[in-house]
Amino acid sequence: MKLWRASVSEAVLLGVLVLTFLVMSQLSPHFLTPQNLLELPRFFAEVGLIALAMTLVILTGGIDLSVGSIVGLSAVVLGALHQGGIPLPLAALAALLVGLGAGLVNGFLVTRVGIPPLITTLATMAVFRGIALGISQGRAFRDYPDYFFFLGQGYVGPFPVQLFLFGALALAFAILLSQTAFGRKVYAIGHNEVAMRFMGHDVDRVKLAVYALSGTLSGLAALVLVSRFSTAKADLGQGFELDAITAVVLGGTSISGGVGGIWGTVLGLLVVGAVRNGMTLAFINADVQQMIIGGVLVASVALYGLMDKLAPMARRGREVGREAS
Amino acid sequence: MYVDRARQLSILGFLLLLSLALSLYAPNFFQLQNLEDILVNTSYLSVAAIGMMLVILTGQIDLSVGSILAICSTVAALASKAGMPIWAVFALALGLGASLGLFNGLLVTGLRVHSLIVTLGTMSLYRGALIYFTQGDWIYDLPSDFRAVGLGRFLGVPIPIWIALLTAVLMSWLLTRTPWGRGLYAVGSNPMAARLTGLQPSRILLAAFTVNGLLVGLSSMLYATRFSAIQSNTGIGFELLVVAATVVGGANIFGGSGTVLGVVLGALLMSTIGTTLTFFRVSSFWEPTLRGFFILLAVAFDTLRGYRRGVWRRGGAR
Repeated sequence: MKLWRASVSEAVLLGVLVLTFLVMSQLSPHFLTPQNLLELPRFFAEVGLIALAMTLVILTGGIDLSVGSIVGLSAVVLGALHQGGIPLPLAALAALLVGLGAGLVNGFLVTRVGIPPLITTLATMAVFRGIALGISQGRAFRDYPDYFFFLGQGYVGPFPVQLFLFGALALAFAILLSQTAFGRKVYAIGHNEVAMRFMGHDVDRVKLAVYALSGTLSGLAALVLVSRFSTAKADLGQGFELDAITAVVLGGTSISGGVGGIWGTVLGLLVVGAVRNGMTLAFINADVQQMIIGGVLVASVALYGLMDKLAPMARRGREVGREAS
Repeated sequence: MYVDRARQLSILGFLLLLSLALSLYAPNFFQLQNLEDILVNTSYLSVAAIGMMLVILTGQIDLSVGSILAICSTVAALASKAGMPIWAVFALALGLGASLGLFNGLLVTGLRVHSLIVTLGTMSLYRGALIYFTQGDWIYDLPSDFRAVGLGRFLGVPIPIWIALLTAVLMSWLLTRTPWGRGLYAVGSNPMAARLTGLQPSRILLAAFTVNGLLVGLSSMLYATRFSAIQSNTGIGFELLVVAATVVGGANIFGGSGTVLGVVLGALLMSTIGTTLTFFRVSSFWEPTLRGFFILLAVAFDTLRGYRRGVWRRGGAR
């Protein structure tokens, strides 16, 4: 089932990617130019970092809706501390730690208290955003030292810095998933959590780590975002959860866990990034972009659902889970 | 049937404590006008929360209610401005809400994907479609018969409160006294058993989503008619308020239990807290934090009591 699904979904994805590029180049003459394509990583890196960790979360059968709010919270912490006279490197470290802490809170609520991930992170989405708003009281924090802008606006050769940051982390996550015991456990928990528990694996610890990673990468995304926009506000990162989840699901990771991987997510991300970038170049309203992304999410879930139905093996394997839902 | 009297009593107890604190710190909270405002806010929230409870009873969720509220408010206002009689505007808002809810339901039952993902998508889909058509413009100069719904009175009591009361009584009767209502509870508490007794879970889910949409449409008529303009960002974050009211009111997020009375009390609590912040001089920026916190608190109680814990743990996100 896994192989069948992976090969078909990758072929379909490449087709979708080509189609997206064709449509976008029709929408705007500035889309398919070398300058724009080189700049593309700048626009999807923040969501991309989050999507990497989101892949792991979804592989375990969970979900993290709070990522966008963690971005807002980390950004505000960075801005407020820096404005309060703390040196920028320390403020940045604090922002990352806040991301980690937020992820641990999610992980704790999911694993120790036992609240389902979707409700946990729906609630913490509000909690974290509210704290960000409460701390900043709606203000924006500006005036960072010049070297900080390298992260979000700098170049290495002709390439934006984000390309290397995202590339390195994508590689690291791919290795983590495919080459380490931790990665195998992530897949196994998504396949059959109960069996993993009976086999004596510490399922809760793996899940806690996965949510912590998700929070930390959201914190990192906040740093990149603030550096790119030169300003930190509480509403940064709003809607990131939609783009990240869409990239992951479009990339072939099953929403019920156990199947998928990083490279699919990267392809899915390219599609989401190209749609966002192309439509922005064509002056299409952000809410309408949101509508298209939402449509892509629903359509890709539908497509993969259909594919699983066509694969008889998959069907038998999932019957049990579906009866319960 | 299990009724969570403890939850209902603890909400009342909490409201009592809150009133006590308010009478010490901010006695002008107890002006008639302010209390009436809270009840009117409760009215549209509780109508939507009763709808959400139907969905939650079956073990699903609908995140798109804020967008449905915005679409119904906007279309109703535009239709009313175009000269449509008020009863037809009501029918339009309810019908539109029901169709959007039905669409959610069809996606959920057709794709067999958990409603969280489906409605996360349709939340953006509906909102984007609305902005596409209105271009983000606000709607002003609403006709007087439209605004009379939100501002008018019957026997001295604001009309929204009457409508909410009627809805609550009707839904309570439907849920406790009809096979349709009992079916929702049955599917939510044990889908397998429900299927084996001859119920059709997918048809019941479809009904829950449709009636939820219908009630959000009704809620939009109580909400939109109170203001002098319909904003393009109407209802953003509404899903959170509604889910909070529902789960705080004792509807179990795992499905299968919940009462109309509890949910109405939950709505009363959430709208009271919203108003209270102002009186305690706390910035309204903290309000989302408080909502999220109440959801966590309510669900943690349910979870620690151990209802159907296994199903959700195994199912993960679904």
